[in-house]
Amino acid sequence: MAVALILLLVAIASVLFHVYSPWWWTPIASNWRYIDDTINLTFWITGAVFCAVIAFMAYCVLRFHHKEGRRAAYNPENKKLEWWLSIGTAIGVVAMLAPGLVVWHQFVTVPADATDVEVVGQQWMWSYRLPGKDGRLGTSDARLISSENPLGLNPNDPNGQDDVVVQNDDLHLPVGKPVKVLLRSIDVLHDFYVPEFRAKMDMIPGSVTYYWLTPTRTGTFDVLCAELCGAAHAQMRSRVIVEEEKEYHAWLEKQRTFAELSGQRDVAKAAYKTGSE
Amino acid sequence: MSAIILFMATIAAIAGWWLSQQRLAAKPWLEEGVAVDFRGERGSSVPPAKIGLGVFLAVVGSLFALLISAYSMRNTMVDWRELPLPKLLWINTGVLIISSAALQWSLMAARRSDDEDMLVGLLVGGASAVTFLAGQLVVWQQLNVAGYVVASNPANSFFYLITALHGLHLIGGLVALGRTSAKVWRGAPMVQVRLSVELCAIYWHFLLLVWLVLLGLLTGWTENFVNICRQLLT
Amino acid sequence: MVDIPLDHVAGIPPAEVGEVELYHPRSWWTRYVFSQDAKVIAVQYSITAMSIGMVALVLSWMMRLQLGFPGTFSFIDANQYLQFITMHGMIMVIYLLTALFLGGFGNYLIPLMVGARDMVFPYVNMLSYWVYLLAVLVLAATFFVPGGPTGAGWTLYPPQAILSGTPGQDWGIVFMLASLILFIIGFTMGGLNYVVTVLQARTRGMTLMRLPLTVWGIFTATVMALLAFPALFVASVMLLLDRLLGTSFFMPTLVEMGQLSKYGGGSPILFQHLFWFFGHPEVYIVALPAFGIISDLISTHARKNIFGYRMMVWAIVAIGALSFVVWAHHMYVSGMHPYFGFFFATTTLIIAIPTAIKVYNWVLTLWRGDIHLTVPMLFALGFIVTFVNGGLTGLFLGNVVVDVPLSDTMFVVAHFHMVMGIAPIMAVFGGIYHWYPKVTGRMLNDVLGKFHFWVTFIGAYAVFFPMHYLGLLGMPRRYHDIGETSFVPASAHDLNAFMSVAALIVGFAQLVFLFNLVWSLFKGKEAGGNPWGATSLEWQTPETPPGHGNWGKELPIVYRWAYDYSVPGAAKDFVPQNEPPSGAVAQGAHP
Repeated sequence: MAVALILLLVAIASVLFHVYSPWWWTPIASNWRYIDDTINLTFWITGAVFCAVIAFMAYCVLRFHHKEGRRAAYNPENKKLEWWLSIGTAIGVVAMLAPGLVVWHQFVTVPADATDVEVVGQQWMWSYRLPGKDGRLGTSDARLISSENPLGLNPNDPNGQDDVVVQNDDLHLPVGKPVKVLLRSIDVLHDFYVPEFRAKMDMIPGSVTYYWLTPTRTGTFDVLCAELCGAAHAQMRSRVIVEEEKEYHAWLEKQRTFAELSGQRDVAKAAYKTGSE
Repeated sequence: MSAIILFMATIAAIAGWWLSQQRLAAKPWLEEGVAVDFRGERGSSVPPAKIGLGVFLAVVGSLFALLISAYSMRNTMVDWRELPLPKLLWINTGVLIISSAALQWSLMAARRSDDEDMLVGLLVGGASAVTFLAGQLVVWQQLNVAGYVVASNPANSFFYLITALHGLHLIGGLVALGRTSAKVWRGAPMVQVRLSVELCAIYWHFLLLVWLVLLGLLTGWTENFVNICRQLLT
Repeated sequence: MVDIPLDHVAGIPPAEVGEVELYHPRSWWTRYVFSQDAKVIAVQYSITAMSIGMVALVLSWMMRLQLGFPGTFSFIDANQYLQFITMHGMIMVIYLLTALFLGGFGNYLIPLMVGARDMVFPYVNMLSYWVYLLAVLVLAATFFVPGGPTGAGWTLYPPQAILSGTPGQDWGIVFMLASLILFIIGFTMGGLNYVVTVLQARTRGMTLMRLPLTVWGIFTATVMALLAFPALFVASVMLLLDRLLGTSFFMPTLVEMGQLSKYGGGSPILFQHLFWFFGHPEVYIVALPAFGIISDLISTHARKNIFGYRMMVWAIVAIGALSFVVWAHHMYVSGMHPYFGFFFATTTLIIAIPTAIKVYNWVLTLWRGDIHLTVPMLFALGFIVTFVNGGLTGLFLGNVVVDVPLSDTMFVVAHFHMVMGIAPIMAVFGGIYHWYPKVTGRMLNDVLGKFHFWVTFIGAYAVFFPMHYLGLLGMPRRYHDIGETSFVPASAHDLNAFMSVAALIVGFAQLVFLFNLVWSLFKGKEAGGNPWGATSLEWQTPETPPGHGNWGKELPIVYRWAYDYSVPGAAKDFVPQNEPPSGAVAQGAHP
């Protein structure tokens, strides 16, 4: 009796917790509402199965627990029942998998008008690079990294000269424009993770990974690292600021390009040299 | 990962074939009494040690299939530089074939209860296996002198790793072979050693097969072969 | 269908000698320490696994203290936290669960359940334990080497596992990899034994379809482990070479702390493929023995045959085979080719079907049973609740696009603790309460057992069910302190504190269990040979605890499957597997 009740209470408490607890995902800020919908659908299906199994079990414990003189039924199998249960399960699985795969197809198909944004992870900070007026990012190589060129951009690539480099600062994105986020790391695995965007992908040193999204509302969002990257993994933070087109351009105007940054360093170096002689 | 998938599919096929012989569709609750035992009569059933060796070879096969998978994923990267294989490798391969043949000869002698030939076969097999290992060490030496050290390129790293793992398995085999030879030397009765000789021979043939596959991989023949097959298919 | 005439029994000669040459201990040392008797080896495995498991339990308390009350405990910093999670994960998954299920339960139960005198290669079996012990000692030694144990996470992903930004990169990681290599060598020796014993040493009449599901589970898990562990072996050897010799199997061109490193060109993804090619089967290596044990516990304590035995066997085999083609579902956001997602999501969700069949059959076994709510039965019920819960959240993570927001969050942590932490440990406890009387001849204390069950079950559920919702919030895993964020409300910290308190209570309940184990050894109620009225062979030994060689003079002959409970017309509500059919006895044909 008590056992059956407690089992039932576990199921009921789980459902109540799900419905009434204040802990739920943060409001979404990207186009990936479909992911949230798929999660909700999965919650409905799995929740129903969970409750049904536990309730059935609790009923069995209540109804068939040992009493003097009770003898269990002899029932080796029931092919028909087993087949129906398997088919039912298969239908449930398809109901979750099919929408999942459709949404995944959207997730991996980057729209043609998406603008590139590069995110570079390193222990333990984030840097960003946006294409300049030509709309294209220059090439990069980890071997070119130095204190003058912390992102390892190729100085001989004309596409890279006007790239906007953002270090130790927030990333700004225009609202409503699709973005292809190119992910690069210069030391270990990292993962560019903005909970409100729902999307994430590991960054792997030696190759460039990507995902795409369209920010759908303005605001300031935290950036965290979601792949263990060493001692200060938890402190690797930054922010993404999604804003209207006009404000975004105003911000973009103020940023330095790669050419400016490297040129300025050359000037500074020259000045230092003349001063010391 | 195609090499290991292929290997696993083979294992799955063998396991599936075996399971299909086991009346898995029987309804055991209806069958009271001493059921028909498909392992056959006691005398004719396969000895456990042989089954054990078979299972162990599956484990070793899985190990090398995974190495091959890793190799074929890594050698598509841009920094891969093939290393020149020393000629000595071919002589070593010949020695390993001789070793395997000698053990097969020993096994045949054991089957017709010829003590002397069996011992000769075991000793020749053991000596040539040791020669093979020494030859492999010389190959390492030659490569080292030529500047192909282990860490300088992934192709070198894989070469050393693969030959080392193959060599270690052969050393393990030599321990078993040594024990068998000692038993024969002490004049243990034929029925006791016949199985040991057979197990050694099986293990040797398997390691020879693995070596030939690895050699095909290291020389790039396997890759060419796969490419040709792919072209024929498309 | 082959008809088997009952009068065959008359023609069966008694099996007077076993099929293995028995080894005979000559001294105290060879009887209790360097023993080749599978039952002694099983106890050695179990004690060692539980001892190192206690270390992992204490580590989990440290982690929970830090997560529940960040900043309060000055002796836990970020580095140590990472070391704790790494060692906790590795110990629990490999050195506790794998070793306990296969080395402990496997060694004890396989020979007894199939009616053999011992494992087929007793000497190799002994070596297996000593190599395992060495692996455990090497692992434990990492706590004392300079720099401490590795903090790379139990997945040991390169490049960070061997770079200077990670704690334990000088010695910890080297010892860890060496220990894993040793473990795999030791396990392979044991695994060969388990497989060949099931294949070759079954007593007469013991066909595969008469095996208890425990043997099916352990057997299939061992086959999988034998084939999957080489992947971890290869990955460990290659990572060790990268660390020690400076090769670049997995290491790409990278900048280490501002300096261009010596490495170049390697592929971190390659390591992940190798690791998960082992790692996913590993989940089922732990789950399948639990499935088997739970099936037997439910059937015995509900006095009813397991429902759908054939489906149960087929499901075990199907799950074992499928689990080799789903590994990359751990890598949906690893940056591998996105089109793999379609394939692996599909195979992953297909596995849900045979797994669900097993769950249905367990609960259908309860239906119209005669349920004795003994401690093993309670643990079996607890297993079903936690396993169903964890299995269903697996459908979230296996469905590729749903995994994208949830991966690397606390949702994942909650999921795998529920499904391959709490659920298998429920099976372990259930199994120990069930077979302890056979191992020692005495019952475990019932009151302490029930206390242990309720605190563990309710407590663990209270830890890990709410944890899913922290993951939904977006809280990442492997953070010693979430710090300031805009999306985690302050109330989540209260929830974390609550979970920590629950975890500590559950932890201390395990001390009650350990006390019970020791106390009952001396003061427990005498059990007799078959206290639960079970049918399978291990309960039919002439002596309890079973003596050397298990069966006395004659090996048992098996006449029926392992689930003849409450057979209509039978006098008792169980018929042991070695009880001859009533017709044969009447003829007096059985010697």
